[in-house]
Amino acid sequence: MSLSPAIRTAIAQAAAHHGGPKAAMLEALKLVQEAEGWVSDAHLKEAAEALGVTTAEIDSLATFYSQIFRSPVGDTVILLCDGLSCFLCGGDAVRDAVMSRLGIGFGETTPDGKFTLINICCVGGCDLAPVALVGPERKLVGPLTADDLDALIGGAR
Amino acid sequence: MSDKPLTGRATADRQPHSLAAWRRLGGGAGLALALKRHSPEAIIALIEAAGLRGRGGAGFPTANKWRFMRAGAEKAGPGACYLCVNGDETEPGSFKDRLLMEALPQQLIEGATIAAYAMGATEVIILVRDEYRAAAAALSRAIVEAEQTGLLGRDILGSGFDLTMRVHASAGRYIVGEETALIAALEGERPVPRHRPPYPAVSGLWGRPTTVNNVETLSAVPSIVEHGAEWYQGLSHTNEGGTKLYGVSGCVARPQLIEAPMGTTARELFDLCGGIRQGRALFAFQPGGGATAFLETAELDVPLDFAHTKRAGSSLGTGALIVLDDHACPVAAIGRHMRFYARESCGLCTPCRDGLPWVAKLLDTIEAGKGTRGDIDLLHQHVALSGPSGRSYCDLNTGALTPLRSGLERFGDIFAAHLQGSCPVGRA
Ligand code: SF4
Ligand code: FES
Repeated sequence: MSLSPAIRTAIAQAAAHHGGPKAAMLEALKLVQEAEGWVSDAHLKEAAEALGVTTAEIDSLATFYSQIFRSPVGDTVILLCDGLSCFLCGGDAVRDAVMSRLGIGFGETTPDGKFTLINICCVGGCDLAPVALVGPERKLVGPLTADDLDALIGGAR
Repeated sequence: MSDKPLTGRATADRQPHSLAAWRRLGGGAGLALALKRHSPEAIIALIEAAGLRGRGGAGFPTANKWRFMRAGAEKAGPGACYLCVNGDETEPGSFKDRLLMEALPQQLIEGATIAAYAMGATEVIILVRDEYRAAAAALSRAIVEAEQTGLLGRDILGSGFDLTMRVHASAGRYIVGEETALIAALEGERPVPRHRPPYPAVSGLWGRPTTVNNVETLSAVPSIVEHGAEWYQGLSHTNEGGTKLYGVSGCVARPQLIEAPMGTTARELFDLCGGIRQGRALFAFQPGGGATAFLETAELDVPLDFAHTKRAGSSLGTGALIVLDDHACPVAAIGRHMRFYARESCGLCTPCRDGLPWVAKLLDTIEAGKGTRGDIDLLHQHVALSGPSGRSYCDLNTGALTPLRSGLERFGDIFAAHLQGSCPVGRA
């Protein structure tokens, strides 16, 4: 599958907005990811071509930023905070609960493709610790208890 | 005027105001005054008299930074000059800029506009971390509204001053908050720190004069212009001006953000948070985020400003207080931080890229009661060889090792007890 004309246009606009093709590389990656869920090798190459940069140049960003996914992720990405403030408020129990409920560890996706679990720190919600960011809006949820998670996961299912 | 110039106009639910509502609350007065009554030099003098110091962690006098930029812009001659707003808040324990960007975007935009006018910037770029989607959306909306009403763009408020502003959403990396890495990120380079000199005020974004300011610093600017330096100084308990947005998290009853006079003590802040939770006792706290040294009960009455916190052996950093009670194991706590910094190393230098994961692993071993005396000696050695400064390219590595150094100094007995397989403090 190749990138839609709409994305190609948006990439071209990003180049104008950010002051050149190089400065727009990150934006291009995000546009691809928004449409496809993740950034495959094929799409990476197309984005590079659309901007007139090399695949290596754009991959140097794709592999650096943690929110650019270079492998497939589930429908709902759960970014669980493993920072100290969350830990001090019982974050480990929440982590263990979500892992056993989903049957996956950090960096993994459930076999049905519904959820991907990723650790992250700190997401600026330390007053609501322990917290997670959920879904494409990166919605902040907390304070989480092991019980809340069922509702969270159930609601998204 | 409110004694909370930073957060006084925030709503409880953190919803941003429309521009019209912001104006009804008195917003915009600082910008109007700045452009109509003051020269750029006069604004810098005002900021200096107010005693405003950078709130991103370093506490550098804001007026000096702006003066370097003016000098840089003059020397560089015609062309674009940049003000970059650092909204890449990722330090463990820090959650202050999120509120300022989400709930009060107009205040930040106004502060950035005044700052750009004072320092001679022609373009403002607000870099927001990717995880703060609500903040980026609120800012983008507010920028459009400001453009539509003549508060941004050409000839702002009829003053002849032109300024463009845009939001750049990052994609998740702590190092992007480092001044020179932030500039590299905006140029589409891999965001690793760059060598200084040249300093950004001389050669920054696209080789042009550039200043990077923190969100909280700029958010304080409109009220200083509106009410004056003396008023702002008067808000503080010490001779460092104004209020500070302290973020208290961890083992307190009600973790929260508190805007309080600069120089408020930890004791006062913890009381406002309902004290240490569940009737437990304070064990230790970091006053300024993950990269600051621990303080203990003896330091509860230290005025938390840059100078006093430094004298007490730590630093104010971002004012993010992380509280450990007497059930929170410091070895585990330091291990958490170390895993974060190890994960976020940009990879440029070996002590950071390879050293931090190794330190994190040693701490895990010690925490699990499987460490040896030799492991603790190695940690001491690593801290001594890597710090206190200058041995790696940027401050991430030294900052990361600060809680470890401090922990080894203050809680050596607890580290030693772990070798016997027991933690005298217990798990949180
Ligand atoms: S200290 Fe760490 S983060 Fe800083 S430049 Fe070196 S490797 Fe990168
Ligand atoms: S440590 Fe988890 S949100 Fe700050």
